[in-house]
Amino acid sequence: MRLLIRNGRAVDPASGLDAKRDVLIDRDRIVAIEPRIECPDAEVLDASGLVVAPGFVDIHVHLREPGIEHAETIESGTRAAAAGGFTAVCCMPNTLPVNDSAQVTSFIVERARRTATVHVHPIGAISKGSKGERLADIGAMRSEGAVAISDDGIPVMDSGLMRRAMKYAASFGITVIDHCEDLSLSAGGDIHEGLQSMRLGLGGIPGCSEDVMVARDIILAADTGSRVHIAHISTANSIAMVRHAKRMGIPVTSEVTPHHFALADEKIPGYDSNFKMKPPLRTQRDIDAAIEGLADGTIDCIATDHAPHTGHIKMQEFERCPFGITGLETALALSLKTLYHAGTADLKHLVGLFTSAACECLGLDRGRLRAGGPADITVFSTEREWVYDVHSTLSKSKNSPFGGESFRGGPAATIVSGKVVWTAGGGIATRPPSAPANKMPSFQPTTRIQPR
Amino acid sequence: MPTLLSRGPSPRSLLGIEHLQRPEIERLLERGTHYKSVPPFMKLDTLRGRSIVNLFFEPSTRTRTSFEIAAKRLGADTIDIQALGSSLSKGESLVDTLNTLAAMNPDIIVMRHSASGAPHFLSRYLSTPMINAGDGRHEHPTQALLDALTILEVKGTLEGLRVAIIGDISHSRVARSNIHLLGSFGADIVLCGPATTVSENMTRLAPGVSLTYDMREAVRDADVVMMLRVQLERQNVEVFPKNEYFRYFGLTLEHVQLAKQEAIVLHPGPINRGREITSEVADSQRSMILSQVENGVAIRMAVLEWVCSEQDGRKRCAS
Repeated sequence: MRLLIRNGRAVDPASGLDAKRDVLIDRDRIVAIEPRIECPDAEVLDASGLVVAPGFVDIHVHLREPGIEHAETIESGTRAAAAGGFTAVCCMPNTLPVNDSAQVTSFIVERARRTATVHVHPIGAISKGSKGERLADIGAMRSEGAVAISDDGIPVMDSGLMRRAMKYAASFGITVIDHCEDLSLSAGGDIHEGLQSMRLGLGGIPGCSEDVMVARDIILAADTGSRVHIAHISTANSIAMVRHAKRMGIPVTSEVTPHHFALADEKIPGYDSNFKMKPPLRTQRDIDAAIEGLADGTIDCIATDHAPHTGHIKMQEFERCPFGITGLETALALSLKTLYHAGTADLKHLVGLFTSAACECLGLDRGRLRAGGPADITVFSTEREWVYDVHSTLSKSKNSPFGGESFRGGPAATIVSGKVVWTAGGGIATRPPSAPANKMPSFQPTTRIQPR
Repeated sequence: MPTLLSRGPSPRSLLGIEHLQRPEIERLLERGTHYKSVPPFMKLDTLRGRSIVNLFFEPSTRTRTSFEIAAKRLGADTIDIQALGSSLSKGESLVDTLNTLAAMNPDIIVMRHSASGAPHFLSRYLSTPMINAGDGRHEHPTQALLDALTILEVKGTLEGLRVAIIGDISHSRVARSNIHLLGSFGADIVLCGPATTVSENMTRLAPGVSLTYDMREAVRDADVVMMLRVQLERQNVEVFPKNEYFRYFGLTLEHVQLAKQEAIVLHPGPINRGREITSEVADSQRSMILSQVENGVAIRMAVLEWVCSEQDGRKRCAS
């Protein structure tokens, strides 16, 4: 079973490749990347006018399984991932139960093997039950497939525990991801503390609630030598501190979500809970800092923090709603709009933010386009005009602030382990990649697969 | 984004002062003055046959009673629902509770809720017109209207007045609505309170707003001194040492003497003697606290009439 991706613009930041190339896939491997490949027995995916990139990796999603399956499952969440052009995701441990043990980690790995459309890498908890008291079984989770540890959403306040977690995790070679929020500074907050929170009478989450913890984590990273990754960085001050830390050689990396560089707090329509997330949407000054941070490498990558919640949970008084929005399906389009079309990132840089650079943060062996490597490939358009219809999302939840948003450019086809699992015209292929091959989905309207 | 003042096919609601236009505020104040001149024993039939639901998710005596009296004086039928007796305590969501009530076809829902924006959120799903009787820390539009009516009665105008608003400002819906209203009439507004409850951002809510932490500076040459209730129940943590609050932000006769000679003192109530205001001031000639209560009924009659008048084109009046 061979697949030939023809006439695309192949972009591989890791090797510096940016040229017209044909890509030949045999089963789950890329076998050749050449200016012109003839292979009469291969199926052909015509990628004329499209970009052929290494499979995108989202290192920050919430798949809600086990325990919160009404909002999302590994199956539904990874379908949404495929529709967003992602071929691998790293899922946060705040499930029910919390992924704080080898048992839960291996459950996720096994469920993913049976139901997932894209590759799934679990992230284990830092502390038991993410309660911030005792260390979780970090080594055992690592052995079962966890790629990092984090108490995302329920951040570790105890600096002593965090320091022990860093030292211990470093000895197992895995990164500590921190959701930086001093809960005593953010308590009672709903949106960014500023004019908008004051106007709406909502509780404010000050920027300093993030800055204080970013400073702490940088200091602890310097102290322990552990790799620390700052999740969803959102303030100008935090970005400045990470920039300084990197110059000092401290092993710290950071990610930003598309919504944090695409939306400012003043854009929040009154009391629409699809604009409520942590960290909150910040100011234009913070957005400018994030774009600058992406440009100079202070911010390593883009991650979505895809956080599904079902309708009735979000359909409440603003201050009672949970935090979080979905993001897998709009991440690339928002990045193209805000970074690429706005001229602040070229194509190679943009692709790197979703691939090689993201993988480097966690030490994942993914995100490259090379002969002999795994056939995880994202094909996307920089030009296709489309409108995001949140009601036809493949996620189980619809809590996105971008419903109805017009975009220029977005995913075109997602290939996981050599199989086309999603196309812009044909939607999702019904079988997960590990299951027997399905009929090739049609690929409309911009390109088409031609059986030979 | 929900429109706060909707027209046309969607019902007219009063959700806040911020998005009201000045002519609309003036019209409401005119009608409030008119209703004040109607003797209280006269029962009108302006809203005869209309049903008004008073839905209070927070305890309230004066606002709830005031709306009820206003509705009854206009001839409407009122239904009083208090949160503790509602199905909310049985785990029903706010949307479901309101949908259930709306299915019974009331003409207006008057709602107070502890969450900021609760009526704005609901108005996206309901076709019944709503009047916001106070939402969390956000707005309390009828309070600002009755305060304006009280000031107008004594001063004859709102323009150019110096108004000091004193107390726990960031937690106060009364302060927000008053800032929007007085700001749109060109008043000079001075905010004063503990630094942890007054943010620089408040000065950007409306033109002519300034900020001080010194009570004496705030009241100096003021035409109106508006005191706020200390809202300990809205503070997640103690944001100022409450034992010394009165010492720095309590209103005494000495302060009143710093204000203009004809200055008046307002307080939305319930007053907390000895915490925000001395009894001498509260009971003095300068205090308009009881006028405010009286004007509350008149202004709520004007608001109910205004909200209902929009319906007349769409729905048969019961007269």
